[in-house]
Amino acid sequence: MLSFIAQRLVKAVIILLAITVMNFLLIHSAPGDPALVMAGEAGEADPTFIADLRERFGLDQPLYVQLWRYVSNVAQLNLGYSYRQEEPVLTLIAERLPATLILSLSAFVISLGLGVLAGVVAAARQGRWSDSLISAVALLFYATPLFWLALMAVLLFSVKLGWLPAFGYLTVGSDLTGLARAFDIFKHLILPATTLGLFVMAVYVRMTRASMLEVSRLDFVKTARAKGLRPGLILRRHVLRNALLPVVTLAGLQAGQLVGGAVLIETVFAWPGIGRLMFEALQARDYNLLLGVFVMSAAMVLLFNLITDLLYRVVDPRIRLTS
Amino acid sequence: MQQSQTTAAEMAATPVLSISDLRITLPEGADRPYAVDRVSFDLFPGRILCVVGESGSGKSMSANAMMGLLPEGVRAASGRITLGETDLLKLPEEAMYQVRGRRIGMIFQEPMSALNPLMRVSAQIEEVFEAHGLLGPAARRARALELLTEVGLPDPERAARSYPFQLSGGQRQRVVIAMALALEPEVLIADEPTTALDVTTQAQILELIQTLQRDRDMAVMFITHDFGVVAEIADHVAVMQLGRVVEEGDAESVLTRPQHPYTQKLIAAIPTLSARGDTAQARAPLMTVEALCKTYTLGGGLFRKVKRVEAVKDISVTIGRGETLGIVGESGSGKSSLGRCLVRLQDPESGRILLEGEDMAALEGKALRAARRRVQMIFQDPYASLNPRIRVGRAIADGPIAYGTDPRQALERAAELLEIVGLGAGAANRFPHEFSGGQRQRIGIARALALEPELIVADEAVSALDVSIQAQVLDLLAELKQSLGLTLVFITHDLRVAAQICDRVMVMQKGRCVEIGTGAEIFETPKDPYTRSLIEAIPGRAYEAGRA
Repeated sequence: MLSFIAQRLVKAVIILLAITVMNFLLIHSAPGDPALVMAGEAGEADPTFIADLRERFGLDQPLYVQLWRYVSNVAQLNLGYSYRQEEPVLTLIAERLPATLILSLSAFVISLGLGVLAGVVAAARQGRWSDSLISAVALLFYATPLFWLALMAVLLFSVKLGWLPAFGYLTVGSDLTGLARAFDIFKHLILPATTLGLFVMAVYVRMTRASMLEVSRLDFVKTARAKGLRPGLILRRHVLRNALLPVVTLAGLQAGQLVGGAVLIETVFAWPGIGRLMFEALQARDYNLLLGVFVMSAAMVLLFNLITDLLYRVVDPRIRLTS
Repeated sequence: MQQSQTTAAEMAATPVLSISDLRITLPEGADRPYAVDRVSFDLFPGRILCVVGESGSGKSMSANAMMGLLPEGVRAASGRITLGETDLLKLPEEAMYQVRGRRIGMIFQEPMSALNPLMRVSAQIEEVFEAHGLLGPAARRARALELLTEVGLPDPERAARSYPFQLSGGQRQRVVIAMALALEPEVLIADEPTTALDVTTQAQILELIQTLQRDRDMAVMFITHDFGVVAEIADHVAVMQLGRVVEEGDAESVLTRPQHPYTQKLIAAIPTLSARGDTAQARAPLMTVEALCKTYTLGGGLFRKVKRVEAVKDISVTIGRGETLGIVGESGSGKSSLGRCLVRLQDPESGRILLEGEDMAALEGKALRAARRRVQMIFQDPYASLNPRIRVGRAIADGPIAYGTDPRQALERAAELLEIVGLGAGAANRFPHEFSGGQRQRIGIARALALEPELIVADEAVSALDVSIQAQVLDLLAELKQSLGLTLVFITHDLRVAAQICDRVMVMQKGRCVEIGTGAEIFETPKDPYTRSLIEAIPGRAYEAGRA
């Protein structure tokens, strides 16, 4: 097990460096010159000032030198310096990461929990009206544009009913600490997390339902019935456990994307997370910050892939014992 | 003494379970109204009733009705299934839980899929006690271990800890049997329990079922399509056709003096093990295989070690023009890998495949395409080997079209070929799902013939078919071989089939050829101990000897 993790970590680092190189080259092949943007904003057009900026940020060096510098910095966990925000990229990301993680993980738990539950119910009532209703509701959430869903949620629960705050992460200027602060964050979290969770839920509903129905047709389920087991036990112990295997794969893929995938929700709810940081960096041509965010999300995807694979080894003995 | 004998005889005369006048309706739109139509039979303690019939005859439906496990949309319309005093058809579901597993045990056909892949073997047996609220956890575990010992698993403690995938097919079937016997049921239903097993394993499982049944004085309903198996174990026989019992009686009389024409037809269709004469004629070689090896590599990657499986090891054989070469062996013997190498569906590791002097193993690109045309394949599963969305005529014409034949001509030829294989030209416009298994295998043959090959590799081409259909397809192959001058490589695990149609037979074990010779040499005077053990394991040999 430990050697498996070690091998996978080494592989992950290699992949991460490769992704960093690709991202770097992609960004630098895009049009736009950060020095010009900065000079423009400073109201300067003096060529020596621009040349000075280029030299300060190493932009005058040939691309391969810049690439080498960047990659070797990343290898030492140094993501560079954001000259626009005048802070190290790592600090900026570390400031925003907790907010994104809270939002993404809550949404993930909501979508997975509700999705699997609804999928199980739908499969158990296959062909009845409750089955159709569950599928229809899940698809409705999935088919609705996320930002619209978010806006409607704000309109209903914040503006009309006034139950929940409409935006942000904390009540501005409240200066809360301890439990009160946690509760304040929780109140702010409910709307964005639920909206995002319901949006993603449909995938789990459909996957769980299809997988449950497929497994319940397998021979060992008939064996279980022939043993005299009750339907509830057969469903839980034999059908559900086997049916969840593909859901684990899907959940792993989704979880990895959540960090980078919350841009829309973070923007609508003014949630101070990585998604918004990325959006800002993009607009300002803040190369280092943008690259840093990319490296971070790539690392998250790899991390969750590793977790999925480990989980698979726990739940499926065929994988644990043959590799 | 006298008295106890009478009681035993009386006991034997009272059935444990009786099915009388059972009628099971099929959902609307099925090919017939009743899956089972006015069927009656009795199961007696200590006796084995074999229910024989081809697929769709209603034998499994009867068994499912006994367990109260009929598929959705199918229900028992009338009749009675009495177990002791109770009519199972009238029993509420709640009470059926007490019957399943406790009073009636069941064994299924597919040992590979009959066990939950994510649960340890012991837990799956313990579950039977749990379902019926018997014993405590420790006692359940101990009892599971005893059962695994009783069904003859080599290392019961290890088996108990194992997951199903760690056991072989025969071992899994033993686990399923242990599970079915856990609560010492009065009745055991065995639904084709040995059909998916190799012949030597089948012999062992049959013996096990017989022993356990005798020791426990159990009533057994044994469903099979194989009269060899019937001859081996049956006390009574019921022959089913299209949902009805057409003949019933003690094993001896049904097997030796079958009355109903259908029974007679089924028994006549069993291939005999006696080899065909006139096989050792000199033939010009069509294909020469030299020192062929095929190795599979599993796993492997940046860090993991590669696992190598030698599927085909150093096989050399010459196939004469017009000859039928049989390749027999148990699962995993490498016979299919060899067949796939011969048509270059797989690339051999080393060795040569000379097709009239040209090495097919070394060909690439255009030359390989040209050579491929001369060597075609018929596959095992007639259901999976045809694309369900392509009309049959088109499926047959596809090959020639790919080789540049004008599509219209190719489709005309496809219709002719369908005529030749006995389906009629009209079949060309239909889809595969409209055909039965035997008909689909005919389509497979027409598809292979479309490219006018010289050599056809048939990989278990009749294994999935009922015995009477099997006989028809074998006849068709023999006929086509004659009229078209084909050469045939016939891969099978069924030695009877091999004996019936092959000129020469090669016996494979673990990738190697253990023996090759004419049918007479292999089946009458086998030299290798492995060949002998294969032949000895064939069920019903004594019966066959009597029949001859």
